[in-house]
Amino acid sequence: MSRILQDRDERRPETHPLTFRLNDDGTPVMLDAYREQQGYASVERAFSDLTSKTLIDELKTANLRGRGGGGFSAGLKWSLTMQGEGIPRGYIVCNADEMEPGTFKDRLLLEQQPHLLIEGMILAGFANNAYQGYIFMRGEYVDAARTVQRALEEARAAGWLGRDVAGSGWDFDIALHTGAGRYICGEETALINSLEGKRASPRAKPPFPGQSGAWGKPTVVNNVETLCNVPSVVLHGADWYQGLSQGKSGDGGTKLYGVSGKVKRPGLWELPMGTTGNELLERAGGMRDGHTLKTWLPGGGSTGFLLPEHLELALDFDTIGKAGSRLGTGLIAVVADDQNVVSLARNLEEFFSRESCGWCTPCRDGLPWSVKLLQALEAGEGERGDIDLLESLAVDLGPGRTFCAHAPGAAMPLASAIHYFRDEFERGVTRGQGAAHADPIPVGSV
Amino acid sequence: MATIHVDDRDYEVDGADNLLHACLSLGLDIPYFCWHPAMGSVGACRQCAVKQYKNADDTQGMLVMSCMAPVQDDAYISIEDDEAKAFRANVIEWLMINHPHDCPVCEEGGHCHLQDMTVMTGHDSRRYRFRKRTHQNQDLGPFIGHEMNRCITCYRCVRFYQDYAGGGDLGAFGAHDNVYFGRFQEGTLESPFSGNLTEVCPTGVFTDQTHSEHYTRKWDLQFAPSVCHQCAVGCNISPGERYGDIRRIENRYNGEVNHHFLCDRGRFGYGYVNREDRPRVPEWRERQRVDAGPGAAGVVGGTISLEIDDALDRAADGMRNARRVIGIGSPRASLESNHMLRTLVGDTNFSTGIAARELELLVRMNELNTRCGLPSPSLREIESCDAVFVLGEDLINSAARMALAIRQAVNAKGEALAAERGIPSWNAEAVKTLAQEAHHPFFLATPDATELDALAEQTYHAAPDDIARLGFAVAHYIDPEAPCPEALDDATTALASRIAEALMVAQRPLVVSGGSLGTPAVLEAAGNVARALARRTRPGALSLVRREANSTGLSLLGGQSLDWALECLTSGEADGVVILENDLYARADAGQVDTALQRADCIVTLDHQRTATWDKADIGLPAASFAESDGTLVSLEGRAQRFYQVFEPSYIRPETRIRESWRWLNALKVSVERQVMTPLTLDEVTRDMAMTYPALAPAGDAGLSAAYRVHGLRLAREPHRYSGRTAMRANLDVSELRAPQDPDTPFAFSMEGYAGHAEPRREVAFAWAPGWNSPQAWNKFQDEVGGHLRAGDPGVRLLGPLPGDYDYTRTLPARFAARDDQWLAVPQARLFGGDETSARAEPIQARMAETRFTMSRGTAERLRMSPGVPLTFNLGERRLTLPVAISDAWPDGVIGVPDQSGLSLVAPEWGHLEPQEVRA
Ligand SMILES: Cc1cc2nc3c(=O)[nH]c(=O)nc-3n(C[C@H](O)[C@H](O)[C@H](O)COP(=O)(O)O)c2cc1C
Ligand code: SF4
Ligand code: SF4
Ligand code: SF4
Ligand code: FES
Repeated sequence: MSRILQDRDERRPETHPLTFRLNDDGTPVMLDAYREQQGYASVERAFSDLTSKTLIDELKTANLRGRGGGGFSAGLKWSLTMQGEGIPRGYIVCNADEMEPGTFKDRLLLEQQPHLLIEGMILAGFANNAYQGYIFMRGEYVDAARTVQRALEEARAAGWLGRDVAGSGWDFDIALHTGAGRYICGEETALINSLEGKRASPRAKPPFPGQSGAWGKPTVVNNVETLCNVPSVVLHGADWYQGLSQGKSGDGGTKLYGVSGKVKRPGLWELPMGTTGNELLERAGGMRDGHTLKTWLPGGGSTGFLLPEHLELALDFDTIGKAGSRLGTGLIAVVADDQNVVSLARNLEEFFSRESCGWCTPCRDGLPWSVKLLQALEAGEGERGDIDLLESLAVDLGPGRTFCAHAPGAAMPLASAIHYFRDEFERGVTRGQGAAHADPIPVGSV
Repeated sequence: MATIHVDDRDYEVDGADNLLHACLSLGLDIPYFCWHPAMGSVGACRQCAVKQYKNADDTQGMLVMSCMAPVQDDAYISIEDDEAKAFRANVIEWLMINHPHDCPVCEEGGHCHLQDMTVMTGHDSRRYRFRKRTHQNQDLGPFIGHEMNRCITCYRCVRFYQDYAGGGDLGAFGAHDNVYFGRFQEGTLESPFSGNLTEVCPTGVFTDQTHSEHYTRKWDLQFAPSVCHQCAVGCNISPGERYGDIRRIENRYNGEVNHHFLCDRGRFGYGYVNREDRPRVPEWRERQRVDAGPGAAGVVGGTISLEIDDALDRAADGMRNARRVIGIGSPRASLESNHMLRTLVGDTNFSTGIAARELELLVRMNELNTRCGLPSPSLREIESCDAVFVLGEDLINSAARMALAIRQAVNAKGEALAAERGIPSWNAEAVKTLAQEAHHPFFLATPDATELDALAEQTYHAAPDDIARLGFAVAHYIDPEAPCPEALDDATTALASRIAEALMVAQRPLVVSGGSLGTPAVLEAAGNVARALARRTRPGALSLVRREANSTGLSLLGGQSLDWALECLTSGEADGVVILENDLYARADAGQVDTALQRADCIVTLDHQRTATWDKADIGLPAASFAESDGTLVSLEGRAQRFYQVFEPSYIRPETRIRESWRWLNALKVSVERQVMTPLTLDEVTRDMAMTYPALAPAGDAGLSAAYRVHGLRLAREPHRYSGRTAMRANLDVSELRAPQDPDTPFAFSMEGYAGHAEPRREVAFAWAPGWNSPQAWNKFQDEVGGHLRAGDPGVRLLGPLPGDYDYTRTLPARFAARDDQWLAVPQARLFGGDETSARAEPIQARMAETRFTMSRGTAERLRMSPGVPLTFNLGERRLTLPVAISDAWPDGVIGVPDQSGLSLVAPEWGHLEPQEVRA
C-alpha cells in the first residue's frame, strides 16, 4: 500500500485536489464518502455548462501536462482527437500500468480514490466523444484492481456509468483490464496493442491514437494522475488550477511527488508543481544517518542522473529538462555515496533490456550488449574502449533512432551515469582491447 | 510529383512514396530489411536511416528512417552523411551480435540480403565479445528448412505469412532479444505460399528444403527465364540447374503477373524433371510383331532402347503404314510442340488431347473473354479490383497465386480507408490498425468451404447448378434484361441483389469463374454477370480459370477433343496415333483408353515422364521438360509467355537423347516424308505457328528471337562467378567440351554474355546487380521498385473484349434436386496432387493430403458414414474407393471427387454408391 505522508489538516480541498479526500488510515474513499466531498460534481457541471470544446479549452488554459512522464499538454492532446461526422466514437484509455522503477504514485490514487479516476475518465469521454473507457492496470496491483472494480460497480449502480450517464442521454462505460506484466505495455501504443490482444509492440506515430487508436478508432490515452486532475479543473476552472502551483512553475496544478532510497521518510506528497528537490528531500527527512547524497533520479529509472546541486531546481518538466534530465514521474530516487553507480546502471539496463519489446534493432540488440559491457565493468573485467562503446550505444539508443521512447528512456540514465561518474566506470577497465571473439557455448547448455 | 535533393543532386519522385521507396527507385542504394515493396514499411529494423534537413540552410539535420519518412517536396536528405553511415553500420553490428559466423555453410550465402547489406554498410569486424543467444529449430515439413539462429528479427516472415498470405500457423513469440519465429508447435507449415518465406526472409532462416537435398550456390546455378507449368496462372520462374538437375525454383519478377510471389506447387513441384525413371533415350516396345532391328542398343524387359535415327525410322515406318494417323496434343506442352504435331498429322487429324467436356468449356471461356465486354485481368489488375464475385472456383486449389492476388484486392479496403485519413498506403501497420477487418465486398459461391471464405462478406455453398442460378440472378439484378432464374428462394434473392449492388457501386468489379466444376451453366452465369456489368457500369474484369499451363493456348490453337481421338481409334477410323506429352489415363476412363490403344497399330508417344500411356507406346521418344526446352504458353489471363531452356541435358549426360517435342516432331515429319533433314530453329516454328492461327498471331512476339543481342552480346545463363565449368565433366572426358550452343534463344549456356541491369530487357534469367546478390536485386530491373520491369513485363495478351452486341444466355438450369439413390459427383480441384506432373515430385507427394470423397453432414448421416470410412463410388463402368470426409459447407446429395484421384471426372456426373457400402 502506498501512503500519503501529509496528514488531513494539510490536505485541503483548495490546495490538494488530488488527495484532500484521502483517509489517514489509507482505506479507500468509496462512493458515499466521495460524493459528500464534491465527488462527481464536475460531471454535473460539464453536463449542464460545458461542451466538448469549452471543456478542452479550459483544460488547455489550465496547462495540465501529462503526468505519465511525457508532460504533453492534456488539453492539446484532446483537441487533436478526431471527432465529427463519419468518425466513430472511440475510447478513453487510462494508463495505469505504472511499472516505472521507483514509481508508486498512481497506485495511491487507484487504491484509495478510485472514483476520482472514474470521474476524470467520464469527463475525458465527454470531451473526446468516446463511448468506452478502459483502465489498463499493472497486473501486480491486485488490491487496486479489486478497489477499482468495486468502484466501477458502485458508479454503474449509481448511474455515473452505463447507459444515459446521470440522465444526460449520453452513454459511457469503463472496463478494467489488468496487464500481464510488461513494462512496454505502459507505452501508450504498445498498451493499445496489448489491450487488443496483440503482441505488445508499439505502433508507429503518426497516426496518433487520437486519429486511429484501439481497434482503429480515435483513442485518448492518459495517465492515472493526469485524469485525476481533470475534475478539479472542470469544477474550479483553469485560473484556479494554474494558481495551485503558486508561481513555482509555469505549469498548473499540484503534483504527486515522492522519494525513495536511503532517506528517513520515503513516501508521497501532493505539492505545488515546481516544488524544488530540496523541499522534497526535506519532507522525506533527509538522508538516513551516516549517508550522504551522491546522485539522484528525478522521476524514475528512465530519467537521467542529477547531482546534489541540482536539488535546488524546480521539479517541473521544463526545468529538469533543461538540466539534461527529465521530470518523468516526479518520484525521485536518491543514491547514497556507498552505492556503486556502475552496478546501478547495470541493474537499470538489465531491466530495460529485459523489457524491450524486441521490435527495433538498437533497443533489442543494443541494450543487451550494454548490459554485458556493464557486467564486465562491474566485475572489473572491462576492456579499453568499453566506455566509449557504451557512450556511443547511448547515443544510438536516443530519440528518433529507435522505434519508440523505451530505448531513449534506457539511454538516459546510462549516458548521465557515465557523464557524471566516468571514474567509477574507468575503475572497471582492467584490460587492453582484446580480439573480437564469442564465447563458445558449452555442449549441452543450449 | 515532388522534387527531393539527395546528397546535393535533385530528383523528381512520386510524392506519395516514402523516401526509401523513392530513393531505391532512383537507383540509389540504401540498405533495408523490414521494408518490402509488396508489404510496405514498419520501421522495425532501423537499417534505412538517412539524414534529413529542414531546408537548404540546415547543416545539422536529423536521422530519419527513410522507409517511414514521407517524401516531401523540396526535401533535403543525405544518404552519404557520416552520422547516417555510422548508424547504419552500427545497426548491422547489432544484428550480427547473435548471428552465427556461418556464411560458408549457410544455404543463404551467395543470395543473402543480409550479406549484401553488411557489405553495403561497410561493417566488417565485430566488437561484441560475449556469448551469443541461440535457438532451437523446428521441422516445418517437406518444403521449408528452419535455422533460427540466423534470424535478424525483421518481422518480414510473419508479416508475409499472416498479413499478406493469411496464414495462421507461423508467428512471433517471445520478446527482447529472444524473439522466435516459428510455429507454436513443430509441424508442416500450412500455408500454400510458405515457399515465399525463403525469399522474403532476408537471411538464411527459412530455406528451400528441396534445394538442400542437392544444394548449390546461386552463383553456381545455370538459370533461364521460365514459366511455371503447374497450373494456368503462368507465374514467371527462374529455375536453377547444375549437373543436369533442377536444383531450385526462384521467383522471376513479372510486374503484371506473379510479381514477388509464387505458390508452393509451382516452387516445389519441379522434382519430376529430375526423376531417375525419366525416359532419356528412345524406346521401342515389342508387341510380339516386329523383331528387334539392327539398331537396337539394348533390351530392358520387353523394351528396347534405340538410337535416334532408328527410332525415327521405326516411328516413320509405323506412321506410313497406318491408314490414318491421329495426333493427340497436350495442354501441358508448348504451342510450338502442339503446332508441330498438328503440322505432322494434318489439321483434320489433330486432337488437343483435352476431354470433350473440358474443351467445350475452354472454347466457351475464350468466347466469354472476348464477347462479354470485360477484359481478362492480369494478377496485378486483380489486385486493384474493389469488389469480387467468385463463381464456382476454389481458387487456392485451382489457381493458387490468383487467390493470393484476390486477398490483396479484398484487403485493399484498408488502404482506401487509410487514404481518407491521410495515412499513406505504405504505412503497413497503421493501415492494418485502421482497417481492422474491413474488406472490399467479396462473395464466394462454391460447393465447399474454401480458404478465402474468411475474407468474404458472404459465402454460398451449393451444388453447381445452384451456384449458376445465383450468378444468373446477380446478372438479373444488375440488368433486368438479363434473365432471372425461376423459383429462387428469398435468401438467394437477397444475396443476389446484395452482390449486384456491391458490384455496381464498385470502381473495378471483378468476376471470377472457370472450369473447375466442369459445369457450363456456371460459366454462362459468370458471362451474364460480366455482360450485365459491361452494360450497366464502368467496366471491371472477368477472370476465367483454366486448369493447365497451356489450356488457353490449346483452345486457341484449336483441334478436336480427346474423346474424338479415342473414338477414331476405337472405331478403326484411324490406326496410328502420335501422343504428345499427355497421359491419356489422367484424362479419360482407363477402359476407354485401353480399348483405343489396343486397336492402334502404331503408337508413338513423346513425353518426359514415364506414364501409363508411355508404357503402351510402340515407340517412345524422350521429350524435354520445360527445363530442357523452349516454347510458348498461354496463361489463363490470355498472356502468351515464352519459357527458355535452362540447360542442355546431353552436356552432363551424353547418353541422353532428350529433344524438344517440337524438334522430334519435325524430325518425324521429315522422316515420314523421306526428306533431307535441315536444322530447324524455335524462331521458325514460332513464326510458323503465329502465322497459322490468327488467334495466336501476337504470340509470335511473346519472346526474344535468337538474334537478340545487347551490345552485340548474347545473354548469360550463368552468373559471372559460376565455378567449375571446366571441371564438371572431367569424370567423363579430361578435355573440356565446347559449351552447348543454343540456336533457339539469345541465351548462352555459359557465363559469357550480358547479365546486367543497365540495359532494359524483358527476359532476365537471374536477377543480379553489383552488390545485390539476393532476390532484392530485382529492384534494379524495375521502373520503380515493386513496379514493372523497365523493358516492360514479359508476355503479350491475346484475349481482349471485341466490340459487339453481347446477348445474354437464356437457358437457365433448374434448381438442383438431390436424388434418392444417386449422387452427383463433382470434381474438386486440389493444389497438391491435382496436377499431373508436380504430383510426381517427392516433396509434393509428401505434402498431399489423403484423397477423400467429401460429402455433407446430412448425406453422411443418411448413409451412416463417418469420417475415414471407405466408400466405393460407381460412375458407369468406373469405380473408385476412397475414405470419406465430411464438410459442413458441402450441399446435400453431392459428393466431391478430388482431381487426379483415379476417377477421371471432368464434369459432374450422377453415380451410385456400391450397395454393400451403404450401411442402411
Ligand atoms: C517504455 C514506456 C513506458 C511507459 N510507461 C508508462 C506507464 O507505466 N504509465 C504511464 O502513464 N505512462 C507511461 N508511458 C508514457 C505513455 O506512453 C504515455 O505517454 C502516457 O500514458 C500519456 O499519458 P499522459 O499524457 O497523461 O502522461 C510510458 C512510455 C514509455 C515509452
Ligand atoms: S525502442 Fe524498439 S525494441 Fe525498444 S521497446 Fe521501443 S519499439 Fe520495442
Ligand atoms: S526469420 Fe527471417 S524474415 Fe523472419 S524475422 Fe527472422 S530474419 Fe526476418
Ligand atoms: S499459381 Fe500456378 S503458375 Fe503460379 S506458381 Fe502456382 S502452380 Fe505455378
Ligand atoms: S527498412 Fe526502414 S526501418 Fe527497416
